[in-house]
Amino acid sequence: MSIAARSAPVLFSTRLQPWTGLKSSANNVSLRFKYQSTNPPPAKYGGRHTVTLIPGDGIGPELLNHVRELFRFCCVPVDFEVVRVDSSASSEDDINNAVTAIKRNGVALKGNIETNHNLPPSHNPGTICFDLYANVMHCQSLPGVPTRHKDIDVIIIRENTEGEYSSLEHENVPGVVESLKIITRVNSLRIAEYAFNLAREKGRRKVTAVHKANIMKLGDGLFLQCCKEVAAGYPDITFDKMIVDNTTMQLVSKPQQFDVMVMPNLYGNVVSNVCAGLVGGPGLVPGVNYGKDYAVFETATRNTGKNIANKNIANPTATLLASCLMLDHLKLRAYAKMIRKAVLKTLSETQLQTADLGGQGTTSEVAHSIMQEIQRGGPRTSEQI
Amino acid sequence: SGHLPWQHHVFIQTVTLIPGDGIGPEISTAVMKIFEAAKAPIQWEERNVTAIKGPGGRWMIPPEAKESMNKNKIGLKGPLKTPIAAGHPSMNLLLRKTFDLYANVRPCVSIEGFKTPYTDVDLVTIRENTEGEYSGIEHLIVDGVVQSIKLITEEASRRIAEYAFEYARNNQRTSVTAVHKANIMRMSDGLFLRKCREVAENYKDVKFTEMYLDTVCLNMVQDPSHFDVLVMPNLYGDILSDLCAGLIGGLGVTPSGNIGANGVAIFESVHGTAPDIAGKDLANPTALLLSAVMMLRHMGLHGHAKKIETACFDTIRDEKVLTKDLGGNAKCSEFTADICRRVQDMD
Repeated sequence: MSIAARSAPVLFSTRLQPWTGLKSSANNVSLRFKYQSTNPPPAKYGGRHTVTLIPGDGIGPELLNHVRELFRFCCVPVDFEVVRVDSSASSEDDINNAVTAIKRNGVALKGNIETNHNLPPSHNPGTICFDLYANVMHCQSLPGVPTRHKDIDVIIIRENTEGEYSSLEHENVPGVVESLKIITRVNSLRIAEYAFNLAREKGRRKVTAVHKANIMKLGDGLFLQCCKEVAAGYPDITFDKMIVDNTTMQLVSKPQQFDVMVMPNLYGNVVSNVCAGLVGGPGLVPGVNYGKDYAVFETATRNTGKNIANKNIANPTATLLASCLMLDHLKLRAYAKMIRKAVLKTLSETQLQTADLGGQGTTSEVAHSIMQEIQRGGPRTSEQI
Repeated sequence: SGHLPWQHHVFIQTVTLIPGDGIGPEISTAVMKIFEAAKAPIQWEERNVTAIKGPGGRWMIPPEAKESMNKNKIGLKGPLKTPIAAGHPSMNLLLRKTFDLYANVRPCVSIEGFKTPYTDVDLVTIRENTEGEYSGIEHLIVDGVVQSIKLITEEASRRIAEYAFEYARNNQRTSVTAVHKANIMRMSDGLFLRKCREVAENYKDVKFTEMYLDTVCLNMVQDPSHFDVLVMPNLYGDILSDLCAGLIGGLGVTPSGNIGANGVAIFESVHGTAPDIAGKDLANPTALLLSAVMMLRHMGLHGHAKKIETACFDTIRDEKVLTKDLGGNAKCSEFTADICRRVQDMD
C-alpha cells in the first residue's frame, strides 16, 4: 500500500445529530451521535475555496508562505484570507476578527501561536468558539527518516475541549491552589464515538483508551466507562485500555502495538508529543482539529520554533502535509495526492533533509525540490486534476 | 551477637527490610547475599507491612514496622500486592502517608548489555509525591459531570524543589529542569514554577531551566542525553518516570527511592509482584539491587555502592548468566551467585 494513500485520512466535517427518543444518561443508555458526511464549505467565486490563514509566531509565517507559493505553483483553487493572531496581537478586536473570519470560511490553516504568560489567562479561542473537540494526529514512520523505531502507524485522538485544560483555577488561601479537571459524560461519549467511527472508516482493528482511572477513579473512570459503552456498538473493533504511564513506557519500547488511541486532553498532549518524537520530530507530523462545523489544520505538536525562525532551516514537511489534509477536507483530493507524493519523495532524499533530521538542507531547497518533483509529473489539464 | 566476623570493627547500620509479596522474598534474599559478599556494613531488620486496623478503626501499618523505620530511618522494600477487596487503601499509599514520603527519585541510566533503542540515558526524575493530581479529591457535580481537583501548595513545591537542588549538588549533577504546563495551568503550575525559581536562587552552582511537559516528551524520545535532573509535580512525574524507565529497559531494571520528612528514606523496586513466577527462582533482582545501591549512596557508602553496581553491570554486560527477562535462561540464584563472585573478586 503506498504511503501516499495511507497517509491521507479521508475525513469530512461531521455533523452531530442525537437520535430521537433520547433517554437520560443515568440509565446507561449512551447518547448515540449519528454521523453523516456533509459537504465542505461551499466554494465561492467559480470553484475557488477561501481558507483562513493564521501565520502565528516563530516559523509559522515563513512555512505558511511556502504553502502559498506551492499552491500558486500548482494552481490550487484556494484563496487564503490572512488573519493575524499571534503573541503580539493583544487586542480583543484582533481575536474577534480572527474568529469571524474562521466562522465565515469554516476551514483554517495555522501556524503556532506562542502563549503570552503576561496576559491574563484566556480560553484558547480556537477550541472554545468553534468547539473543535477532536484533535487528530496520524503518526507514521516515513521512508528515509532516521529513527530508532520503525513501522509505527498510530492515530491519536485527543479530547480537545475539557479535562485539565478547563482553565478553572483558584487560590483558596495564600499558597494553596486548586486546579479543576472536568470530565463530562457528553464530551467523553462524543470523543469516543468519533474515535470508533474513524477507526471503522479507516479499517483499523483496535482502539486503546488511555487513562489513569486507578487514581482518578471518578474522572477518568467516567471517561473509560463512556469508551466502553461506545465500544459495545462497534463489535468489529477491539477495545483495549491502558494506564497512561504504562502507555508511555510501551511507546518507547514497542510502539508498533498501538493502532488507534483515544484519550482526554492532557494525556493526549503527552502521547502526541511522544509519538511525534518517535517518528522523527515536530517537523514531520501534521495535525487536525475537528469540530462539528469547522476544521483547523496545523502541525501536530504546537511548537513555535522561535529559535529557528527566519533562518531558513525549519522543516516544512509537517506544515505542507497539514495543507494536504486540508485539501482532502475540501475534496480537492487530486491536488492533495500530488503534493503529498512530492513532499514524501523529497523527504526521503537524505541530502535534502533539514537540520532537525540531521541534514543540512534549507527550507527553500526542500520547497524548491518539491516543486521540481511536481513539475516532473508533467503538465496536467484541469480534467486530470 | 549476630554480627558477621568482619563486622566487629566497622560501624554497622541497621536497615529495615520489607521483602514484600510474590517474588519479593526471593529478590530480597538475593540482595542480602550480594551485600554479604560485598562486606557491606549493613544489618537487616525484616518487617512485614500488611495493613492492620488500629484503634479508632483506621488502617495503619503494624507498629513494629513503623517503630523500626523511625528508628533506622532507612528502608529497602520489595513489591507489595494491592489487594482488591481487602477494604484498605493501597499499601504504598499508606506507607507514603505514614512517613510523609514526599519525593520519589528515579535515576535512569542506560545499562550496557541490556539493549534498548536508547544508549545514552543518564538522568534523574524527581517527582513530588504527596499532592498534585493525586490528591484523591473528586466530586460528581451533577449527573455526568465530574471534577477532579489538582492541589498545588507553596510548601510542597518548595520542599520538592529544595530536595532536587540538594540532590543535584550532592550527586555532582550539573542542571535541574522544572517540568510544567504553566502556559495552561497558570496558577497551579505557575506556583510550582515560582517556588522552583526561588529555590534556584540559593543554588547558583546548579544550572536551572524550565521546560513544558510536552516539549520534554518530544525531546526525550529523540535525544534523552540532553536531560539531567528533572523536577516536577505528581502526575507529570508519574508519566515521565515511567517513560524514562522504558528508555533503559523497563521496571525490571529501574531503581527507585522515596524520601520522607524526618530523614526517612525507603528504597524500592517498582515492578509488580509477578505471582506467576514467584517461588520458582526465576526472578530478576536487578531493580531491587540497584535500589539498594541507591540506598548505599544515600547513606554515604559510595565505595560499596560502586563495587556492587559494577559487579551487577558486569554480569549483565557479559551476557552469560542472565535471567529470562534480560534475554537469558539462568536462574535467579545463578545470576545472584555470578554477581557475588565478581564482588568478591574485586577485593
